[in-house]
Amino acid sequence: MKLLFKGGWIIDPAQNMNEIADLLIENGKIAAIGEALSADGAEIMHIDGKYVVPGLIDMHVHLREPGLEYKEDIYTGTRAAALGGFTSIACMPNTKPVIDNFTGVDYIKGRARAVGAVNVYPIGAITKGSEGLELAEIGDMVQGGAVAVSDDGKPVSNAQVMRLALEYTKMFGIPVIAHSEDPHLADGGQMHEGFVSTVLGLKGIPAVAEEIMIARDCLLAEYTGGRLHVAHVSTAGAVEIIRQAKARGVNVTAEVTPHHLTLTDEAVRSFDSRTKVNPPLRTLTDIEALAAGLADGTIDVIATDHAPHAFEDKDVEYKYAPFGISGLETAVGLILQALVQGGRMSLADVVKAMTLRPAQILGIDKGTLQVGKDADITVLDLAQEWTIEPAKFISKGKNSPYSGFQVKGQAIATIVSGEVVMQEGRLLK
Amino acid sequence: MHLSGKDVLGLEYMTPAEMKLILETARPMKDIIARDIKKVPTLRGKCVVNLFYEPSTRTRSSFELAGKYMGADVINIAVSTSSVVKGESLRDTILTIQAMGTDLIIVRHAAEGAAHYIAQTVKAGVINAGDGTHEHPSQALLDMYTLQEHKGRIAGLKVAIIGDILHSRVARSNIWGLTKLGAQVHVAGPSTLIPPFIERLGVTVHKRIEDALDGADAINILRIQRERQQKGLFPTAREYGRLFGINQQRLALAKPDALIMHPGPMNRGLEIAADVAYDERSVIEEQVTNGVAVRMALLYLLLSGGGNIETTV
Repeated sequence: MKLLFKGGWIIDPAQNMNEIADLLIENGKIAAIGEALSADGAEIMHIDGKYVVPGLIDMHVHLREPGLEYKEDIYTGTRAAALGGFTSIACMPNTKPVIDNFTGVDYIKGRARAVGAVNVYPIGAITKGSEGLELAEIGDMVQGGAVAVSDDGKPVSNAQVMRLALEYTKMFGIPVIAHSEDPHLADGGQMHEGFVSTVLGLKGIPAVAEEIMIARDCLLAEYTGGRLHVAHVSTAGAVEIIRQAKARGVNVTAEVTPHHLTLTDEAVRSFDSRTKVNPPLRTLTDIEALAAGLADGTIDVIATDHAPHAFEDKDVEYKYAPFGISGLETAVGLILQALVQGGRMSLADVVKAMTLRPAQILGIDKGTLQVGKDADITVLDLAQEWTIEPAKFISKGKNSPYSGFQVKGQAIATIVSGEVVMQEGRLLK
Repeated sequence: MHLSGKDVLGLEYMTPAEMKLILETARPMKDIIARDIKKVPTLRGKCVVNLFYEPSTRTRSSFELAGKYMGADVINIAVSTSSVVKGESLRDTILTIQAMGTDLIIVRHAAEGAAHYIAQTVKAGVINAGDGTHEHPSQALLDMYTLQEHKGRIAGLKVAIIGDILHSRVARSNIWGLTKLGAQVHVAGPSTLIPPFIERLGVTVHKRIEDALDGADAINILRIQRERQQKGLFPTAREYGRLFGINQQRLALAKPDALIMHPGPMNRGLEIAADVAYDERSVIEEQVTNGVAVRMALLYLLLSGGGNIETTV
């Protein structure tokens, strides 16, 4: 089984590669990159003007299985990933039950092998039941294939527990992914606390609720030498805290979502519950700081925080709606439009934040096109203009605030271990 | 002239001309209330539903009487719990109400934006009778009507709003309405109960209540909810009363003919001293009467399409 890409522009940050070349896949591995390649019996894809990049990795996804399959499951979630151009995803453990032991991790791995369309890497809980009290069996979970731990959706409010998590995980070389939110400052909050929340009367979640926890965890990472990864950074102040921590040599990395880079709290004026997300949509000042932080490497990764919900979950009063945005199928369009077409970042830097950096943080052998590696590849078309239509998502979660948005740039093929799982918006698996 | 949409969701969305139209329309309505026979047939055959998800006596009965004086059929649906707890979704509840031939839904709800949600979901008109801590437009309109009636104008008046601005839908609607009609709005309250960037709405925020009251033409005293103290937003009711309660001494800082207003229900001895509540400058009872008149005007403007008020059928 051979597949030959001809005429594409190859970008691989791991090899500092950014040039027009052909790429040959053989037996699920990358066999060669070079000029005018030919191979007997290979299927040839002519992709002049398109970009061949390492398969995109989304390190923050909620697949909802087990227990919440009415919102999403591994079958639909991995297909949403494939349609969105992702070849690998890491899934959060806040399912029912919480993935806090070997069996849970093993279940996810098994289900993903059986029904998944892309690679799935489970993230285990930091604490039993994600209750923030006692450490979960992290060693067991790592043995089962967990690539990180997180109590995502909830903060670890007890600093001693967080300290222990950062120390304990040092044995396994995995990061602790922090959902940074002071539970008292954020209590009952529905949206960013600022002028718009004042006008709407919705209870605010102040920026400082996030920043206090990030500052605390950076100090704990510094003290313990543990590995901290900050999920969904949303405020200018948080970017600055992480920048300073990195300058001091703290072992901290961070991610930002497409929605925090493209929408502000102004979107909430409609009282549309699809704009309700945690952390909340902030302000233009925050967007500027997040984009600058991503460009200068303070923020390492773009991750979707894909949080699918059923229609009936979101079709309620704003106050009663759950937090979350369905993000896998819109990320590439939004990011290419906002960052690359917008001239804020080079395509190579964006690709790095969606491939090499998440692979390095999770310690997975992915994110590069080096010869001999798994042929996980995404083909991008920067010229394709399209309209976001959530009703057409393969994800069960149609909860996107981007309905009707026009974007430019799309993933036109997703290849996992040499197998084409998506081409031109059609699923082949 | 008529209102631009089918709904009244908040004064943020209303033009000065629309607000003036409502205040002018309320004047003949008040005459109807003063009559021996308080009923006109104008809205005969129209169906109005009071959908109240929060307990309310005065607003609900005010809308109910407004509808009945205008000849409409009015029913009350009191829902003691939220849609989520109750099991039926808000969408299904309002679609059911609409399917019975309802022309107008008046909704009181604990969730901000609930009236917007309903307005987007049904073809019937919607009046927001208070959505969480967002807006309460008919209350602000009746406050403005009362001001207009006593002072002959709204533009140029200094209006002090005192108390829990953060959680007050009455304050928000008053701020939108009063600033749009040219009044100067001054607010004061515990700094934990002043929402961020409120000054961007064109109001002056004072740390000392005395500065807010100084030379005021009217004082609108907000109700203090005891639960705010329980959540620690101010130390004790006693200290609140000492710092922000309106007594005769503080009242003396305002203009001698300053109006004393309160949306009710009052906590006498907490935010307002009893001798202030019953002072000759107090218009608290008039506010209630004017509330019926203003709500009659709203129903008339939304349901009759601007025909003759006393049209006989």
